[in-house]
Amino acid sequence: MAGSDVATDASSAPDTVKILIAGGFGVGKTTMVGSVSEIVPLRTEEPLTMAGLGIDDLDGIEEKRATTVALDFGRITISRDLVLYLFGTPGQQRFWFMWNDLALGALGAVVLVDVRRPESSFAAIDFFERRGIPFVVGVNGFHGAHPYPPEDIRDALAVPEHVQVLLCDARERQSCRDVLIALIDQLIATAVQA
Amino acid sequence: MGGGDSAGRLVRPFALTGGRTRPSRADFTLIATVTAVDPQPDAAARCQPEHTRILRLCAEPVAVAELAARLDLPVSVVAILLCDLLEAGRITVRPPRLVSRTAPDLDLLKKVRDGLGRL
Repeated sequence: MAGSDVATDASSAPDTVKILIAGGFGVGKTTMVGSVSEIVPLRTEEPLTMAGLGIDDLDGIEEKRATTVALDFGRITISRDLVLYLFGTPGQQRFWFMWNDLALGALGAVVLVDVRRPESSFAAIDFFERRGIPFVVGVNGFHGAHPYPPEDIRDALAVPEHVQVLLCDARERQSCRDVLIALIDQLIATAVQA
Repeated sequence: MGGGDSAGRLVRPFALTGGRTRPSRADFTLIATVTAVDPQPDAAARCQPEHTRILRLCAEPVAVAELAARLDLPVSVVAILLCDLLEAGRITVRPPRLVSRTAPDLDLLKKVRDGLGRL
């Protein structure tokens, strides 16, 4: 293959950016993606059998016959030349390696938290903190109910002061939009300080 | 990895790639956009039905993840097929917008914010 003269750009194609929607299993990630996406959320699956999996991992998985890990995502066209993708990350943190570039180059992330079991989102918070990926916390109320003020949840999650904690309803478009805007505002504030 | 015969387990989607499990280039990340070259170069060998389906789906620019979802194939498989098409001069690829933590792009962020505000 010559390979040297392959075209690596298409000027008519839009720029693309992405935001990750993370959090524990069943916390409402796909619901949130669906609430703000202009398309019905799409799903792509990777077979779990290929590289990198430890024997222990495979053992458990085979029993459940779950041989793929799914990734759900949606799209928001920001303008004619800019498209934002929202990726609902796999609930099980240890499967993130299936998409090497999932977190790479993301603008930031929303960590969704279920107030009934906030610990299920600890791993996601750790993941972004350790990689220096900016994030906000969206507290997804069960049936829209919010029994705790954001500050109590901040304490429970032990997230630093500069990380916003917002109450939201993953089923509501406006509510999800506001969480995304809060993330971007946080990024803008950081950029202005820089 | 790489060799088709060493592993015990067969993963069906990779039959489409002739057993290759890794793309030959790293361009095809989730939100890289691909576009079919128009007009297509003269028909060459090695165009499987899946290649043809991809070309049809990327007549307009489309992200790799979206292609994979619409083809109902793993991203890793689609990336390998896209390598074939790129090397055959049948598609172009545009990498995602670069996001820098040390020098954030304020214009980009404001653009995203305005777009979200219009939702």
